Amino acid sequence: MNQRPSFLLDGAEVPFEPGQTVMQAALAAGRYIPHLCYHPEFTPHGSCKLCTARVNGRLMAACTTPAGIATEVESETEELNDLRRTLVQMLFAEGNHFCPSCEKSGNCVLQALGYDLGVMTAGFRHLFPDRPVDASHPEILLDFNRCILCELCVRAAREVDGKHVFSLAGRGLGKHLIVNAESGRLVDTDVKVTDKAVEVCPVGVILRKRVGFATPIGARRYDQSPISAQALADAPRPLERNHD
Amino acid sequence: MIDVTRRKLKVATTSLAGCFGCHMSLLDIDERLFALLERIEFDRSPLTDIKHCGPCDIGIIEGGICNAENVHVLHEFRANCKILVAMGACAVTGGLPAQRNHLDLGLCLQEVYLTDPGVAHGMIPNDPELPLPLDKVHPLHEVVKIDYFIPGCPPSGDAIWKFLTDLIEGRTPKLGHGLIHYD
Repeated sequence: MNQRPSFLLDGAEVPFEPGQTVMQAALAAGRYIPHLCYHPEFTPHGSCKLCTARVNGRLMAACTTPAGIATEVESETEELNDLRRTLVQMLFAEGNHFCPSCEKSGNCVLQALGYDLGVMTAGFRHLFPDRPVDASHPEILLDFNRCILCELCVRAAREVDGKHVFSLAGRGLGKHLIVNAESGRLVDTDVKVTDKAVEVCPVGVILRKRVGFATPIGARRYDQSPISAQALADAPRPLERNHD
Repeated sequence: MIDVTRRKLKVATTSLAGCFGCHMSLLDIDERLFALLERIEFDRSPLTDIKHCGPCDIGIIEGGICNAENVHVLHEFRANCKILVAMGACAVTGGLPAQRNHLDLGLCLQEVYLTDPGVAHGMIPNDPELPLPLDKVHPLHEVVKIDYFIPGCPPSGDAIWKFLTDLIEGRTPKLGHGLIHYD
């Protein structure tokens, strides 16, 4: 029987398959590393940095780091969770995330991460940018106020829907989500309400109209259990392999 | 930290740029109010109608800072309270009133008092008794040091109870899953 290669995550052994990232191997082994822009179905983006872990002593994004180069990984430390709390605060500060009036509340990944990491305060002066919504599409609302530039919609449209609907434009603080239409309006793209890109938004930017409160506040996804528990329950696992 | 001998702790509360929803939520601890009153007594608070705060152990503030009077009250609380707590979304982030922050204050006032339909012979109020609105709405920690934050719009009665019992017993207050909420 061959010994599978492995690395140490917070002192516990995590086996991996060749080609897996640190994140994939950890989740498959039932070990949670906080993450936001990582989604098991799409190419890792490595931009939100929530999954930053100390890999062989260096800070690296667990979602883009090949498991093959890792021997020792630290993730669940006070230092790293402090950095993660700061990142969540920065994401909240940059947009207009007004949870009390957001229909995504309770199903929102950013909010759930704040809860799970124990983010109790704003931390930074909020920027209050002026970002008009795009309600042009009859079935889909685009509320740019909540965009965190994770590119999940961009990746889902490209990799699953085979379309080019969304993109990020501009740089630095001016970076923002745009849609691929000359008018700049969603109604003039080929997006469909059934597209993966519409379903995948982790925050309340891309919303199906007229179903916002079908599930009441209090009975939503992250009301049931914290995101750390759900990410593990949802993690794709390789088929049990006892013998190679 | 708080002296945890059985002396009753003095607690002051107020609502600044808030809606009193957090105070309603405080009342949602229901019969636990009796247990709480074994350990604390209220100083300045909407519950006692005392107008100014004396030396207190804990000050609990709902609402953010939207006008000049809010700033004075907040300074009074900070000067008198050993521990100052921001309660609710508005106190923690600015909340609903801060939704005007990307707009020009003058245009807001014009819209509400001059151009909005239904306003006949309107004028922007300028009675000297009215506190002047601030250009932007601020969370409390941008004006004074805040020791603890309870997010939520409003935080549930259970969250407020957990927070207060932790604090009164001398533990670091900690809200777990189901009690920490931003909505």
